[in-house]
Amino acid sequence: MNLTKALPHDDAATDERRMHAPRPWATIVRYAVMLVIVLIMVAPFAWMLSTSLKAQEYILETPPKLIPNPITLESYSGLAERIDLLRTFFNSAFVAVVGTVGQVIVSAMAAFAFARMQWRGRNVVFMLYLATMMIPSVVLIIPQFILIRALGWMNSYAALIVPALFSAFGTFLLRQAMLSMPKDFEEAAFVDGANYWTIFWRIILPLTGPSLATLAVFSFMGLWNAYLWPLFVARQEAVMTLPVALATLQGGPRALTEWNMVMAGSVVAVLPILIVYMFAQSWFVRSVVTSGIKG
Amino acid sequence: MAGFSGFNKWKWVFIFLAPSLFGILLFIVYPIGTSLWLAFNDWNLLSPPEFTGLANFQALAVDADFWRALGYTLQFIVLYVPSVFVLGLALALFLNQKVRGMLFVRTTTFLPVVASWVVVSLIWKWIFNPAYGLVNYGLQLIGITGPAWLFEPQTALYAMVITSIWKDVGYIALLYLGGLQNISETYYEAARIDGATRTQSLRHITLPLLTPTMFFVAITLLINYFQMFDQVWLMPMRDSAADRQLEVIVTQVVTNAFSYNRMGYASAMSWVLFAIIFAITFVQLRLQNRWVHYESD
Repeated sequence: MNLTKALPHDDAATDERRMHAPRPWATIVRYAVMLVIVLIMVAPFAWMLSTSLKAQEYILETPPKLIPNPITLESYSGLAERIDLLRTFFNSAFVAVVGTVGQVIVSAMAAFAFARMQWRGRNVVFMLYLATMMIPSVVLIIPQFILIRALGWMNSYAALIVPALFSAFGTFLLRQAMLSMPKDFEEAAFVDGANYWTIFWRIILPLTGPSLATLAVFSFMGLWNAYLWPLFVARQEAVMTLPVALATLQGGPRALTEWNMVMAGSVVAVLPILIVYMFAQSWFVRSVVTSGIKG
Repeated sequence: MAGFSGFNKWKWVFIFLAPSLFGILLFIVYPIGTSLWLAFNDWNLLSPPEFTGLANFQALAVDADFWRALGYTLQFIVLYVPSVFVLGLALALFLNQKVRGMLFVRTTTFLPVVASWVVVSLIWKWIFNPAYGLVNYGLQLIGITGPAWLFEPQTALYAMVITSIWKDVGYIALLYLGGLQNISETYYEAARIDGATRTQSLRHITLPLLTPTMFFVAITLLINYFQMFDQVWLMPMRDSAADRQLEVIVTQVVTNAFSYNRMGYASAMSWVLFAIIFAITFVQLRLQNRWVHYESD
């Protein structure tokens, strides 16, 4: 279809407009809009950081000051008294790292069986995987909670990590990547006497690199940021993760919320993921886009 | 022939597939079955489940809390989805310009996407604080007394819509950017030769060819936002009218399951939500050929 046919031919004015170099005011407007966007996106984070560096008596002052004076870390030490910061931070990191590594390995192995091995029933089993992807996570919360309880895993790392290891989406993503590789790779290896494990580990997995990274970032972000699931299966401080601990800091209607402390906690929770994002930007972008519908 | 045969092959299939398949069956397929069965039972976790047929669904039909939650969910979606759909598109068109510094702008629009809902909720809760928050301070500067935002259901809903747009607009823009970069440059060149203005190019080339992405965005937004939970759970001020009244479907599911131990009832509710999402996605799929243009057409 020729789309341009639908366009009416324009008058000379547009030709003239195109001939000229971009006008200076257009550039100014563009940079102004860029600045506004950056401000909107960054200002709330800046305000979080600023509040976290203020003493309690200064956070309520009007007009609000972006640069705290004096700067103090007392909200961070207060935070460390209220929640076991080291513990919850470790819990979050441990769950996110182990869960991510585990999910990537389990998914990659299954993907290998689906993409690089011929066996009867393969398509039927794969359809089962695809079908589970259509069920929204809200349907799974209650029965998974009951299962975890029946297994005696309440308030354990297992409750946070094990259900996260099995991802139909991850298997699907890695299978797609592995399908795109030519068959001759492993045929040559078989001739040399390699077994399936060697082929998986030495040949296929390295070539799946970008997709593995995409899945890893997606999984890490999900586990580090998770709230609903940990909220109900890991309520004890020994296994509590950072987001859940953070949410407990808010006061009720009578107890005043110490906002500098809440913001300090937010800084601690968000900084690691923002730093990882800065270093691995393109992977974040890829993983979030690839994940698409992942309810 | 490459590989192995017979028992040896099945041994390897088992080694690779077993961990995943076992987990999927135990942690996804079996729970789906449990949940479906529970939906027709009454169970408080203590006494044995009791089969009650359709009673849960009948109770749902007259449950004022459920209808209120559905109402707020729909209200939220009506305000939020079109806004982020349009703003995300506008942002993507802007970010798509090849100008120095634009990559940095794009990086910042993704910061809220990467942050957790807990952190984002807390930051905006502070910003929407009626007495000391930045929003009401700003309103006061222009002579308006700001509302109590997160204390009242209606204003809390608006605050959450604003917060959600801020968190998601970078993600939506990114989806659109992917679509924009898939549009072949040759269309624009041809349009230029034919003397089309930029507005005409946008209207007759960019937007029609972007409809598949728009379709995907619409489906994603609706599937995700019928299941919204974190911000609704976290943002209203504790024990305020907003906290008591502002519910969405998933907060109702969670409250029934984990506060009232009504496992069967909550399961039934989650399946009703599934049915709603399924129906809406189905309708969208059926309607897509009325407005979505695929390039091969």
